Amino acid sequence: MTQASILRQITDYSNRANPYPLYKELLKTPVLQDEEGGPYVVSSYWDIKGLLHDPRISSDAANLAAAGDDQAGIEETGLPPSFIRLDPPEHDRLRRMANSAFGPPHQPRRIDSMRGELAQIVSDLIDGLGDQRQIDLVDQFAYPFPVTVICRLLGVPREDEPRFRAWVDPLVASLDPDTRESATAEFRKSAQEARMQLGMYLAGLVEERTKNPRDDMLTDLATSRGPDGAMTMMEVLSTAVLLLIAGHETTVNLITNGMLTLLRHPDVLRRLREDPALSVNIVEELLRYEPPVQLVPQRTCIADIELRGVTIPKGSRIWLVLAAGNRDPERFQDPDRFDPDRGDIQHLGFGSGIHSCFGAPLARLETQIALTELARRLGNPRLIEDPPEYRPNAVLRGPRHLTIAFDDLLP
Amino acid sequence: MAADYLDRLRREGRIVIVGASLAGLRAAETLRDEGFAGSLTLIGDEPYEPYDRPPLSKAVLLGKADPRHTELPRRREIDAKWRLGVPATALDMTAKRVRLADGDEVEYDRLLIATGVRARPWPKEPEAQLDGVFVLRTRDDAVGLHRRMKAGPRRVFVIGAGFTGSEIASACRDQGIPVTVAERAGAPLAGALGGVIGAVAADMHRENGVDLRTGVMVTALEGDTVGRVRAVHLSDGSVVEADVVVVSLGATRNTEWLTGSGLGAGPRGIACDAGCRAFDFRGIVTDDIFVAGDVARSPHALFGYQFLSLEHWGNAIAQAETAAHNMISPSSDRRPHLWVPAFWSSQFGVNIKSVGVPPMGEELMITQGSLAERRFVGVYGYQGRIIAAVSFDNTRWLEFYERMIETGAPFPVEFPTVDRRPEGRTPVSADFPDPSLPTHGPTVTLSGYSPADRQLVFTPARH
Repeated sequence: MTQASILRQITDYSNRANPYPLYKELLKTPVLQDEEGGPYVVSSYWDIKGLLHDPRISSDAANLAAAGDDQAGIEETGLPPSFIRLDPPEHDRLRRMANSAFGPPHQPRRIDSMRGELAQIVSDLIDGLGDQRQIDLVDQFAYPFPVTVICRLLGVPREDEPRFRAWVDPLVASLDPDTRESATAEFRKSAQEARMQLGMYLAGLVEERTKNPRDDMLTDLATSRGPDGAMTMMEVLSTAVLLLIAGHETTVNLITNGMLTLLRHPDVLRRLREDPALSVNIVEELLRYEPPVQLVPQRTCIADIELRGVTIPKGSRIWLVLAAGNRDPERFQDPDRFDPDRGDIQHLGFGSGIHSCFGAPLARLETQIALTELARRLGNPRLIEDPPEYRPNAVLRGPRHLTIAFDDLLP
Repeated sequence: MAADYLDRLRREGRIVIVGASLAGLRAAETLRDEGFAGSLTLIGDEPYEPYDRPPLSKAVLLGKADPRHTELPRRREIDAKWRLGVPATALDMTAKRVRLADGDEVEYDRLLIATGVRARPWPKEPEAQLDGVFVLRTRDDAVGLHRRMKAGPRRVFVIGAGFTGSEIASACRDQGIPVTVAERAGAPLAGALGGVIGAVAADMHRENGVDLRTGVMVTALEGDTVGRVRAVHLSDGSVVEADVVVVSLGATRNTEWLTGSGLGAGPRGIACDAGCRAFDFRGIVTDDIFVAGDVARSPHALFGYQFLSLEHWGNAIAQAETAAHNMISPSSDRRPHLWVPAFWSSQFGVNIKSVGVPPMGEELMITQGSLAERRFVGVYGYQGRIIAAVSFDNTRWLEFYERMIETGAPFPVEFPTVDRRPEGRTPVSADFPDPSLPTHGPTVTLSGYSPADRQLVFTPARH
């Protein structure tokens, strides 16, 4: 029997429901290049953490393309790359400007002041379940919640969701290494096309906001003039595309992975019902135990880097398997145990370094509220299918559907 | 025998911690965490339970935090006897007793000294006592200074442009208060980060409207007829009218109470081994007296085994945890305190952080970003290796440089880095002032044995 490379097994859909045994295998070779010319796969916690802070590692799409990832070009046509695909100083400038519309110190309360609004959206969604006693948590809750939130935050009409979803889906698919590998020219073209379409759609909204400013991020992105000046229209659009996609695709998975994990750990679910404050630690432990972003495949090194005796040559692609690092026994005691009582949950779920998750404060708050309310209001919830059906994506991993049943809805 | 003793110590021993601040509190928590069940006494000269100091020169002065509410968050119950508002006045190592100002004596089996530092006062006492003259170290200092700043002073004068002095100047400008800063060195922060980085800091001061005077000393503080400060006289002959003066000349270590105790304590702190065990003045390690925090100075392998004293928040915690662990552990289980110095400051809207020991550096390379933009990482080199790094608004890269320091990576930095500019390709002199000329107090003191610390009198034994 020929053993498929570990890398291929990770991207192979049949391992999607439980990739953790493979990650454990991977950790035996913490710096692995298992195909000539392929990426160097780094899986141990400290190595990943180190590389995320390493100025010899580039996130620039142009460097990635030079390293042989021809999919890197998806962002090259039409819209300029968003800050996630840029290095400093451009990255810093754009992220700083985006941040001044989003969080502290410029908008210290924009996220926290949404607490009541988030709770209301969650209540409405749960109330909306009506007499149903069996639901698909993804379609009926975990997806609509963050989409509604990011739409409100950016100022995108919620009713346009079916329109932008048609553009978002191919873009999200293009992040998956397996899809990238087998992508035809046609697929690449369609992903570029989708990004353009989404950009044009947002351009319409931005233009409207420039004329009639409102209290939303699109207005701020388009009209703020800070110490860095203003974003160009194209920069506003690629930032908005990034925020719209990243603002919900990951949170859907975090909430769904969260509910799945809680249903598999009824004792924790029970404790959460009695003590909502536990949601803070539960969400942190989830980000360690079942992170929505499993790996970061878009890095290259601009210098030779020596890691555990392996020299990764300048110009190589590097994959950082965050989800493996999160269960590295060198770093965490009993790493395969879901334990919100861990004193020390410094996970890699949001990455680290200059590209650490921009939306982390929002994702945390959304998931804390969502899980607390689900735990409180669903009477005797249980899984109907375990494991559930997963989405194909190996990078943004999460169930496609999560069917759960419950006895009643508490007020 | 030893195991029995340790067992009894953990079960019913008496541990006394002198110094009820960050290090003292964290040590107490660690002791309890690690199963110490005996009696625990915390002695502090201030009347307050442990509080956090970094906000005192930042959020508190800006009016964003109440100085009375910067208590340190508790990690756990420590079930301790608190002796607050009573300084320790003497130590009897033979009888294992600490004497307090109120005449009380407290016996210990193990002692932890975490008495920290205090602000160095203006040396001329009558001038220091003028109304309107402040130092900034304690909560009371912060309350007083903040009250004056709120009252709308005509001008604040800050003596010394180290980190604290610069933060005070920044807080003044933030509130539109006219401020003059005098610094003996050629630039602010020059003692801590060198003249090249100091020039960036000087720009920050001036651009924010600080009246910055460098290369000058304050010669006198002048009061009015009712004892309020009214003007400051400088060595260049100029006189600046000011109604608030903040003396920001660094810190003095709180070791006077140990005079004559036989412990290796002096103006530079209390010498200890890497396991936080204090040395006596003959250089012999004690086994029942431990030190932690700003008052400790311990040898560090990464920095040529120099004795380092660090006025660093993170160091106080790490050292306290190590000291507490070692106090109740058998020798085979003890851990060394090998903290990589790390320090941060926030001033004029810029986040400054350093790792390693910049004042040890001779040369500097700006490996990322640019000085002109005030967003950069600078790396300090010493004898062919990286010894420190500093970032302005670029904190997230520092972890990398910390590892470079820990592994003795070579200097100059030859490899490419993201955001490397042409200015960062060649090292320049870091331009530290002559160390024999005191500027403001440094936050890292490199203190190899100084004969001035303590006179060692060798008296041969007679048979």
